[in-house]
Amino acid sequence: MSEASPAKAYALHLGVIALLFVLSFLLPEYYHGLLARIMVLAVFAMGYNMLFGYVGLLSLGHAMLFAAGLYGAGLAVIQLGWSVPLAFLGGIACGAVLALVIGLLALRTTGVAFMIVTMMFAQVFYLLILYFAAWTGGDQGMVVPQPARVLSFGTTSLELTNPTVRYLTALGLFSIVLLVKLAMVRSRYGRVLVAIRENEERTKMLGYDTFSNKLAAVVISGTICAASGAAYALLFGYVGSSFASVQYSILPLLWVLLGGAATTLGPLIGTLFMYYVIDITSGYTSAYLLIVGIALILLVLFFPKGILGSIRQRWLGWLP
Amino acid sequence: MHFGPHLLLAALEGLVTSAVLALTALGLSLVFGVMRVVNVAHGEFFMLGAVLAWAITTAIGGHPALGFLAALVIAPLIVGAIALVAERLVLRRLNYNPEATIVATIGMLYIIQQLALTFYGPEARPVEPPFSYRILLPWFGYSGYKLSVIATSALLLIATWLVLTHTRIGLVMRATQYDSETAQAFGIPVGRVYGGVFALGAMLAAIAAVLIVPISQAHYLMGQDPLLLSFIVVIIGGLGSLRGTVVAAVLIGLSDGIISMFFSPTLAKIIATLLVAMVLVFRPQGLFGTASR
Repeated sequence: MSEASPAKAYALHLGVIALLFVLSFLLPEYYHGLLARIMVLAVFAMGYNMLFGYVGLLSLGHAMLFAAGLYGAGLAVIQLGWSVPLAFLGGIACGAVLALVIGLLALRTTGVAFMIVTMMFAQVFYLLILYFAAWTGGDQGMVVPQPARVLSFGTTSLELTNPTVRYLTALGLFSIVLLVKLAMVRSRYGRVLVAIRENEERTKMLGYDTFSNKLAAVVISGTICAASGAAYALLFGYVGSSFASVQYSILPLLWVLLGGAATTLGPLIGTLFMYYVIDITSGYTSAYLLIVGIALILLVLFFPKGILGSIRQRWLGWLP
Repeated sequence: MHFGPHLLLAALEGLVTSAVLALTALGLSLVFGVMRVVNVAHGEFFMLGAVLAWAITTAIGGHPALGFLAALVIAPLIVGAIALVAERLVLRRLNYNPEATIVATIGMLYIIQQLALTFYGPEARPVEPPFSYRILLPWFGYSGYKLSVIATSALLLIATWLVLTHTRIGLVMRATQYDSETAQAFGIPVGRVYGGVFALGAMLAAIAAVLIVPISQAHYLMGQDPLLLSFIVVIIGGLGSLRGTVVAAVLIGLSDGIISMFFSPTLAKIIATLLVAMVLVFRPQGLFGTASR
């Protein structure tokens, strides 16, 4: 991480956003839809990276934060009849509150115990969704009805089911989170988090309250993940318990490891790459979990820094 | 049926669960205790044991007892060999780094599960019990095989305890668990001990699975519940403590049996998982363990 190049870093990120914007008009229909989904999931990965990459806390329970946004927004629309923007904010609030509670409890533990505790809380959340099937639809999930997925400003209204609107909304969310994250990483607070990752005792000794800094990181991470979940429910119209299962706690870990932990663009690249690999291989085999498994093992064995992490180490030291 | 006999039936079912759980959790506990590795793929070794038991009994045919005994010997050996290869190829190269090994064993979990789905298929398949004697109690008849599972598991647990406390191998394992660097300095081949312990842990899970498969069928997703329950048992019992593991397994198995008979199994799981998470948060050394070094 270098001090000298804020302009370079911002130019790169704005360039990526501009490229994604142009792609909206160039891509064929299938990839257009896929990329919209990838951008929403990349937001999930960015939220995960916030905690895993910068603070060094490996959570195995982030599916519950994604699902909190997903169900918070989905239930608000389906059961309470809220409008889209309100439901989106409601979903984010659910994730933030859940993250605060989980953070207060789980941050009392460290290392392996932290992973197991987060995994268990996520499992409880998943089982609660199944248990309250009367409201949540259980393992069948729920479909957010098309007429409800409309953004209206006074007289004009935008239908989120329209592919272009959906793509641009996803891009909007992605861009906001990306730029906020870039600014945060470069800020004082971001540096304190990295200091905690590198040596918590020393950071404490320097006078920083590491617990509240970590708690804030958990809440920010949870808020971003919930925003991704809420956007997923509203844009793609499906709310299902599989998004709360252990697998959806593992996937963001995989995306971040692949793209590069503690890089701002890594989560996007990891998600994009993994989807692309699965898309290609699904032509030959349905065993996509096999690929996820092999990718995880190869990554921890040979590329623990991920794609962007390795590039940063070799060539581009200024990459944020 | 009246409440008393109903409770007895629930307790017996719970004891069968406890017996299998104690063996599975002991494997997980040994691996964590000696190697400090959280093996997320442990449930898949359990599943492999059950699937191999089906394959072996089907291949042998003849009297069910013949195939079952063969499975009881061969399936754990194959699973142990697979675990040993995985340990040599992956875990050792990661230097047993706790976080990297968790990610790697998650990878193993997906690979084993997907391979089982590809080669074994999505069906649940039964294995015939080696004998079908029913013990008649005054209120209901109970499967003699289930009682023999409890007895076999108790024998195996005692045997493991004897090996750990009264043999040279056990001494070497305990020395490695206590302080691997000093053990290395005294000429103990720590690397080989790690390989052996990882294989042994997987074999215990496989034996438990062969024992349970005549009662509940073999299925490629059957490793999930034992994994979670084993985690719960190991955490409540105190990591790396054999006595704690057995006590916790009986406690969890019995309460699971009784709660699931009278309440919803999902609710039972929610309460158990939440309680264990709280134990980890507020009493990380477990209910029976002493504070870790």
